[in-house]
Amino acid sequence: MAAYLLRRLIQAALILLGVTFITFVLLYILPADPARQIAGRSATVETVENIRQQLGLDQPLYIQYGRYLEGLLHLDLGRSYLQKTEVATLIAARLPATLLLMVGAIVCELAIGLSMGLFAAMRRGGRIDQSLMVVSFVAVSAPQFVVGILLLYVFAVYLGWFPIGGYGTFSHLVLPSITLGILGAGWYSRMMRSSMIDVLRQDYIRTARAKGLGPTTVMAVHAMPNAILPIVAMIGIDIGYFMSGIVVVESVFGWPGIGQLAWQAIQRVDIPIIMGVTLVSACAIVIGNLVADLIAPLIDPRIKLR
Amino acid sequence: MTEKSQPADDPVLSVRDLTTEVATPEGRRVVVDRLSFDLAAGETLCIAGESGSGKSMTALSIMRLLPEPMARIASGSIHLAGRDLAALSGREMRRVRGADIAMIFQEPMTSLNPVLSIGHQLTEAIRVHRPMPRGEARALAVKALSAVRIGQPERRLQQYPHELSGGMRQRVMIAMAIAGRPRVLIADEPTTALDVTVQAQILELIRTLQKDFGTAVILITHDMGVVAEMADRVIVMNGGAMVEAGPARQIFHAPAEDYTRMLLAAVPRLGASQTVSDLAPPPASSVPDDTVVKVSDLTVRFDIVGGILRRPVQRVHAVEGISFDVRRGETVALVGESGCGKSTTGKALLNLVPWDGAIVIDGAATAGLGRSAMKPIRRSIQMIFQDPYASLDPRMTVGELVAEPLTIHGLASGSELTDRVAWLFNRVGLSPDQMQRHPHEFSGGQRQRVCIARALSLSPKIIVADESVSALDVSVQARVLALLQELQDELGLSYLFISHDMAVVEQVSHRVAVMYLGQIVEMGSRAQVFGDPRHAYTRRLLEAVLVPDPDRRHGAFPIADSEVPSPIHPVGQAPARLAMTDIGNGHFVAG
Repeated sequence: MAAYLLRRLIQAALILLGVTFITFVLLYILPADPARQIAGRSATVETVENIRQQLGLDQPLYIQYGRYLEGLLHLDLGRSYLQKTEVATLIAARLPATLLLMVGAIVCELAIGLSMGLFAAMRRGGRIDQSLMVVSFVAVSAPQFVVGILLLYVFAVYLGWFPIGGYGTFSHLVLPSITLGILGAGWYSRMMRSSMIDVLRQDYIRTARAKGLGPTTVMAVHAMPNAILPIVAMIGIDIGYFMSGIVVVESVFGWPGIGQLAWQAIQRVDIPIIMGVTLVSACAIVIGNLVADLIAPLIDPRIKLR
Repeated sequence: MTEKSQPADDPVLSVRDLTTEVATPEGRRVVVDRLSFDLAAGETLCIAGESGSGKSMTALSIMRLLPEPMARIASGSIHLAGRDLAALSGREMRRVRGADIAMIFQEPMTSLNPVLSIGHQLTEAIRVHRPMPRGEARALAVKALSAVRIGQPERRLQQYPHELSGGMRQRVMIAMAIAGRPRVLIADEPTTALDVTVQAQILELIRTLQKDFGTAVILITHDMGVVAEMADRVIVMNGGAMVEAGPARQIFHAPAEDYTRMLLAAVPRLGASQTVSDLAPPPASSVPDDTVVKVSDLTVRFDIVGGILRRPVQRVHAVEGISFDVRRGETVALVGESGCGKSTTGKALLNLVPWDGAIVIDGAATAGLGRSAMKPIRRSIQMIFQDPYASLDPRMTVGELVAEPLTIHGLASGSELTDRVAWLFNRVGLSPDQMQRHPHEFSGGQRQRVCIARALSLSPKIIVADESVSALDVSVQARVLALLQELQDELGLSYLFISHDMAVVEQVSHRVAVMYLGQIVEMGSRAQVFGDPRHAYTRRLLEAVLVPDPDRRHGAFPIADSEVPSPIHPVGQAPARLAMTDIGNGHFVAG
């Protein structure tokens, strides 16, 4: 177990190193000029050149990247070009909001997706099954900004049940979470349905029924843990999808998370922030996958970590 | 238990005109047809029949575990202790299942829930009918495990199904079934998936428990050996209907119906081929180049990795230094129980697993050959697998499947190819008209014929037949074996016949090698190994074989508590190689 964790952590460090390298190179070859952005439109060529030298942007790629890595070793993510603040401070201020949104989205997709899949599997081939699968198809194919705006219009503007945007209370969390989680819910309902149908065909389900167990026990104790296994592995991968969705959802709902921060930074070519947010996202994905892999053996004793 | 027992003349279970239907795309199909029988207390009733005879459907109907809504009881009654099970509501039936009537299934490997501990699954079976505190149920579970002769029951409760062998799992299933002290126990092919020695133990266990608890048993099986060993009375089924019913002796010694006689005649019997030698001897010449396959010191090991660097920490010693040869026109059998390395040996012959040692096939050494270098050699050696359902691509027509090897090796094309495939179809007893059909349109036996035709297409010198008839019904099995025999006589084919079935092996092979834990423990001619078995393991295997004759029952068979030793060893610790001694005329025994 310790050996397994150590190996996974080494792997994670290598993945993160790769992520920083690729992002750094992409930003380097980008035609946009951060020095020009900082100096403003009216600045002279000398001013721009000055800023460039100050930031070290005139140095070759390997020196710039080397400096960045050196900073990382001291847990220094650099300073924002425009906001003149530590990137770490900026991200730390906004990370809780994003994590809250992600937890909300995971709860949504699991609650909606698993129950839909379960009901569809139990009523396989019937009307409930068919309509649920149509719903899941819509959920999978609807773009997030459309879902977000639609939910805002119906539940915030028209019905007035939830606030239009902002951050602070539970009711602020509901619509953004659903918007972010609905895609996953669509996928999960389909996975859960096919997984459940497969499990219900297994011999051990027949054994459970032969003991005289009722349908609720058979489903909850014997079928669910087996059916949920493939989905646990998916949750880790999901965090990656969330990271891309967060930029859209946070903009639509005015949610003060790192998605908004990233969006602003991209518009202004604020390289340290882009690097920082990318690194944090990559960390989240790596941790999410690791946690999913650690949970799997708790559900299925056949899975051995080595 | 005594309050539940009934007078002998009053049946515990009484089935009348039971008819079960299955919905198919073509409409309703009757799978159990007006079946009636009685089961007396303490009696063992065997329902025997081939696949599709409706025997399992009968069991599921009685348990009301039919896959609804596709299958349903159409009419008839099932009376258990004065109640008609067929008329009970789902809720009422749940109180009967597991309490008054319990069932064990064919596949112990898949019949236990993989994510729940043995303890959970056992106590659950107890508590569902008799609500009691967890601790009390655990104590009963320990008792139940002891009753099925499982050692260290406390520890077993903590374990999960994958940590137990097939035989142990089936004992857990039995413990679960008897924990509720049912009046009736239905065992559906309880030993079919198990090795012979384990089978003998499980049957003995069922017999002992039946005696102790007075349970009435319905044993469903295709194996006439099991029927002869266990049955008080027998029902023979075919096509959903009862063919014949009667006391075991009468069914075996004086069967009234043709179908029963055919079924009994098709059963391979140990010892039968020593008197009636219908097996042509292999060509006597012992010219050196007569050897088709020569295997020397074959070793196959699989690494189990671990640690941070994922280096091998343990090895599965699947095959450990075995040597044998197969001559032209000869059938050599590799026989042994699951995990003994017999199938791995077959795969090594075709370079399907990495191996060490030396293999010479038709004069060519195959050690270290890559895919392209191996290709011409594969023309000399072909394989037929156990499962004719899984080894044929369902999307291809059977004609394409048989033609494929010829196309891959560039041996024929166009009308020549069609003619060759048609000839092969004729040769294995299929009609060339069927070439355009897909595998699912054929029965198991026909599919195995397709597999044989495919293997024959390259005119190989030797065919490796890995449990090739094990999944087939006895009547079909007899015909496929006859076909293999014919092909050998006609084409001078050699076979490496891999099987767990001693009776079949005795029927088909010239020479036999008995494998145990990756090594050959005894090797010799059929007469030597079967007539004069020297190694203790060979004797044990032969003793465990059931004879389809109720007058020659085994009776008590020792129920071992131990698991089979594992072929997994830490890296660097190879198991000791057994030295083979020639005790005369090519009869080798491990010392």
